Amino acid sequence: MKIHEYQAKELFKKYNIPIPEGGVAFTPDEANGVAGKLGGFPVVVKAQIHAGGRGKGGGVKLAKSAEEVKQLAGEIIGMNLVTHQTGPEGRLVKKVLVEQGLNIDKELYLSIVPDRATAKVVIMASEAGGMDIEAVAEETPEKIIKVFVDPLIGIQPYHCREAAFGLNLSSAAIKLFHPMLRSLYNLFVDYDCSLLEINPLVITKEETVIALDAKINFDDNAMFRHKDILEYRDIDEEDPLELEASKYNLNYINLDGNVGNMVNGAGLAMATMDIIKFAGAEPANFLDVGGGASAEMVENGFKIILSDPNVKGVLINIFGGILRCDVLAQGVVEAAKKAEIKVPVVVRMEGTNVDKGREILAESGMNLTTAVDLKDAAQKVAEIVN
Amino acid sequence: MSIFVDKNTRVLVQGITGKEGQFHARQCIAYGTKLVAGVTPGKGGQKMDDVPVFNSVKDAVKEAGANCSLIFVPPPFAADAIMESADADIDLIVAITEGIPVMDMMKVKNYLINKKSRLIGPNCPGIITPGECKVGIMPGPTHKPGGPIGVVSRSGTLTYEVVHQLTMQGIGQTTCIGIGGDPVNGTNFIDCLDAFEKDPDTKGIVMVGEIGGNAEEDASEFIKNNMTKPVVGFIAGLTAPPGRRMGHAGAIISGSSGTGQGKIAAMKAGGIHVSENLGELGELCAKVF
Repeated sequence: MKIHEYQAKELFKKYNIPIPEGGVAFTPDEANGVAGKLGGFPVVVKAQIHAGGRGKGGGVKLAKSAEEVKQLAGEIIGMNLVTHQTGPEGRLVKKVLVEQGLNIDKELYLSIVPDRATAKVVIMASEAGGMDIEAVAEETPEKIIKVFVDPLIGIQPYHCREAAFGLNLSSAAIKLFHPMLRSLYNLFVDYDCSLLEINPLVITKEETVIALDAKINFDDNAMFRHKDILEYRDIDEEDPLELEASKYNLNYINLDGNVGNMVNGAGLAMATMDIIKFAGAEPANFLDVGGGASAEMVENGFKIILSDPNVKGVLINIFGGILRCDVLAQGVVEAAKKAEIKVPVVVRMEGTNVDKGREILAESGMNLTTAVDLKDAAQKVAEIVN
Repeated sequence: MSIFVDKNTRVLVQGITGKEGQFHARQCIAYGTKLVAGVTPGKGGQKMDDVPVFNSVKDAVKEAGANCSLIFVPPPFAADAIMESADADIDLIVAITEGIPVMDMMKVKNYLINKKSRLIGPNCPGIITPGECKVGIMPGPTHKPGGPIGVVSRSGTLTYEVVHQLTMQGIGQTTCIGIGGDPVNGTNFIDCLDAFEKDPDTKGIVMVGEIGGNAEEDASEFIKNNMTKPVVGFIAGLTAPPGRRMGHAGAIISGSSGTGQGKIAAMKAGGIHVSENLGELGELCAKVF
């Protein structure tokens, strides 16, 4: 789960991690009100959307006066912000964060992520702050320091020293950096974060250390123990179809193509998308109805797929294991009746009781094309849409 | 022969009185697995069909001689269940549970370093040695006993699909293992490849990967340097968009890392026979094996 920068900074504040003074605003007047409390200009007006690259896209501006705050906030709120992470369609900005400007001496990079391979928490830091860290990792990997922390032991002073010395911090900055890094680590662990990133982390001319930016993603699997974080969810940032699918506990991701597809199991669903592409068509979605899909899940899946206006044909690929093909076929027929399907549907079923399942489909009188195997299924659906 | 489980494996089920646990325990028994015990705290002394239920894994080991644990415990309590089994010196722990927090699994993985237990999963279909022992949720009849091919995969139904294609080609399996779709898991590709390489009855391996992480890249390097047996590989998710979690918690492309294209290149460099199209995997296996 993703949250906004201003929400991440609320969590920072709770953990005594220094952030610039500021506040969120939904209108230009509110923005002006926030700016008025910051004790002077310049102030920074930052678009709040769940995507990076906001500065380059024109969503972060410096204001030198109250008039300018109002004017810039007015421009940013309501704009369609396009960044490398939003895709060409961009994202509508509904709120801004207004913050005090800082006397920046140095911009650093700091992040904490779980490392899959070692099962350790890894702190990544770099003097090349404020830049695209992917590019830094690609071109000058030696500029990124990695400190691995055993989650059973937790962060120790030597971990902090390793990061601080690696960043060439002054002794004044080190004193502030150590408690800050410990707090960040604790926040990361306490809240089951999957990413905590500060880019840039700023050393000011006054030698203070401040998190100028804040990005936190959370582990969806851990949300059951963080009800407070669920309140940060912003459904305006989610795809409407994906939002609808999540209500039915369906794993659905909306894509650009026109072949809707419904599969049981995530791996098989990905492989089905790929095979659609190999057959010369484009998948309209990823949809996993679960390894043990029920007839009801199939029905809800149909509803979601068909509400995408781009879908010109549907491929259903089910490997019946414990859940038998005849039960599934019954589910498909029921769902097809209820959902008033107006596009051609190709069904490929395999596994337990497959003959019985095919019989049910054949006798249903529905306009369903059955396929003998995966390749056949993909070719048939590709012919339909092309 | 086989790897990790055979007809002598004595299985206990943690969470045997739950809906999933009960259903799959019965399926395993029907397949012929020696399922000797169940564990549900507070229900010790009861029976599930003919299977004795114990309050703790230690009791089940002591009283019923279990050496393998199959876990259906819900996500908030699953890490605890895995560690309980490890603490009871269970040889093989198979965690089916989907949705365990990453932080919990990181702690479990570090806890297991000094234990004798091997963990398979979580978020996996389990392990089967066809005709001998099924410790998991996979459909038994899809499999063909007698070998000579080993299967290792990060997926569930995709594994059944692959095994089905092998069986349709008349190719049997020694052991099939689902290592799970989570970012942090127990047994990895290399552990399985190494065991298959050492198993005299396994003549070749099918490795099924997917986007996210570096497990396939690391495995390819291992294959290049350490394996004599032929490996056929497949990667799911070539068309997956970056930054999105594709059902499995571990199936996510972050930046330029974990892409399907990168994995296929690494597999080819490692000398793996790569099938890019799932529809043609069985035919390729028939050619290679």
